[in-house]
Amino acid sequence: MISKLLLELDGIHKAFAGKPVLENVSLRLQQGEITTLIGPNGAGKSTLAKIILGLIQPDSGSRVASSTIRIGYMPQKITIDPTLPLSTLRFLQLAHTSQQDCHAALESMSIGHLATTPIQNLSGGELQRALLTRAILRQPNLLVLDEPVQGVDINGQNDLYQMINGLAKSLNCAVLMVSHDLHLVMSATDQVICLNRHICCQGHPEQVTQDPAFIDIFGQTTALYSHRHDHDHNLHGEVAGEITHTHGDGCHHD
Amino acid sequence: MTDFLLYALLAGLGVALVAGPLGCFVVWRRMAYFGDTLAHSALLGVSLGVLLDINLNITVIAIPLAMAIGLVFLEKRGFLSLDTLLGILSHSALAAGLVVISLLPGVRVDLMSLLFGDLLAVTKNDLWVIYTVSAAVLALLGLLWKQLINITVDPELAAVEGTNVTLVSTALMLITALVIALAMKVVGVLLITALLIIPAATARRVSQTPEQMAVAASLIAMLTVVMGLAMSWNLDTPAGPSVVISASFLFCLSLAYRRQLS
Repeated sequence: MISKLLLELDGIHKAFAGKPVLENVSLRLQQGEITTLIGPNGAGKSTLAKIILGLIQPDSGSRVASSTIRIGYMPQKITIDPTLPLSTLRFLQLAHTSQQDCHAALESMSIGHLATTPIQNLSGGELQRALLTRAILRQPNLLVLDEPVQGVDINGQNDLYQMINGLAKSLNCAVLMVSHDLHLVMSATDQVICLNRHICCQGHPEQVTQDPAFIDIFGQTTALYSHRHDHDHNLHGEVAGEITHTHGDGCHHD
Repeated sequence: MTDFLLYALLAGLGVALVAGPLGCFVVWRRMAYFGDTLAHSALLGVSLGVLLDINLNITVIAIPLAMAIGLVFLEKRGFLSLDTLLGILSHSALAAGLVVISLLPGVRVDLMSLLFGDLLAVTKNDLWVIYTVSAAVLALLGLLWKQLINITVDPELAAVEGTNVTLVSTALMLITALVIALAMKVVGVLLITALLIIPAATARRVSQTPEQMAVAASLIAMLTVVMGLAMSWNLDTPAGPSVVISASFLFCLSLAYRRQLS
């Protein structure tokens, strides 16, 4: 399969109030590829994501998007005033009118029971799933996820990442994930871009973690441990299924 | 019933009809202070209109709109918080309006009626204006309803999904300026925000969807007008404040209603 180029940035510069935030950033997003954008706080990750989304214009450089591009966006968080009476189902219907499709999508994310719950009452993890549901209801070929697991506990994070990987395959879309946290995202990622105002290094995860520029920013330890979770949790946080304890590669205890 | 009372009632109902749904947006988007600022600048609009001999219907909408645009510009420069900016603009506009009125030769402007409304002086001509503008506002709200809800939920998400956020929020600003110009007649510049947010806040307690809340807010605002006028007629109180006090009364009732449920 030849992967299709969806979006290309070339030589992007952006400054806020005279302070450069992005310098000479170029990247390509291809259909079917998962790209993870990592970098320390203040590295310009969110700004770059917003330029990709077309929400802000770069000072210089070009953004060329394929004419067939259809973006599903999962923001880092949203704050909806509690005075707005809005059920989760209705929240989804703002993006996609078919009630049947919305119900089905909620079920596929295992939050079908939350359809009539006011959106403001969802927990952090539930809201992330609702936002992801809204993003995929648009049948996107580019999925942009800004810190998709923020505020979710470690097992919930694993679930969410698995869900995102599954979606990327079933929708055959490109995924751009913004993250400041590494060890969980790396395994499924095709391309890692390490950003600190400019692109420090980029490539396959193994490549990037060996790169001196990467080690300089993140240190050596973060990349060594690959997490292997040996049991599942359901949405309520209880352990589901049988537990047989196994060890990850970076695990050294008895 | 005498003609002037009927006119007052019809005018009040016409404004209440649109104050309901618009008030919901003011509450959802936390624009109460913004509404106040536009209302205060409407007073400046009146005084400038009289001073420069321009049609008041134009200045009363144009000045608040200019204020809104200036506000967006100042906010983008970002050296003061929106809250502070609103405080500066709101009170400067009110003060400037009062100063300009005092400079006008002769007694050509009734200050009390501007500040607190003059519902009992509504003419047949005013009714035409009120119902034409109300119909236009309702049509606009209906046409843009989904986009308006979307930019209220999250402007960035709305923009990515294809909503023209600048266009829709400018339309909302225009609608707000129009309704404020209308509501000035009913409750006066100092109490306009009350007519917008109190019925909406009351409606929240009995609504499950945005549409229910908008309709409920309209009905509550209309009931408020009837109650206020009845009070004004029987107790000889000023009409505008009577309408607002009725709205507050209904709001308190709604608080009690909730408590009973839980």
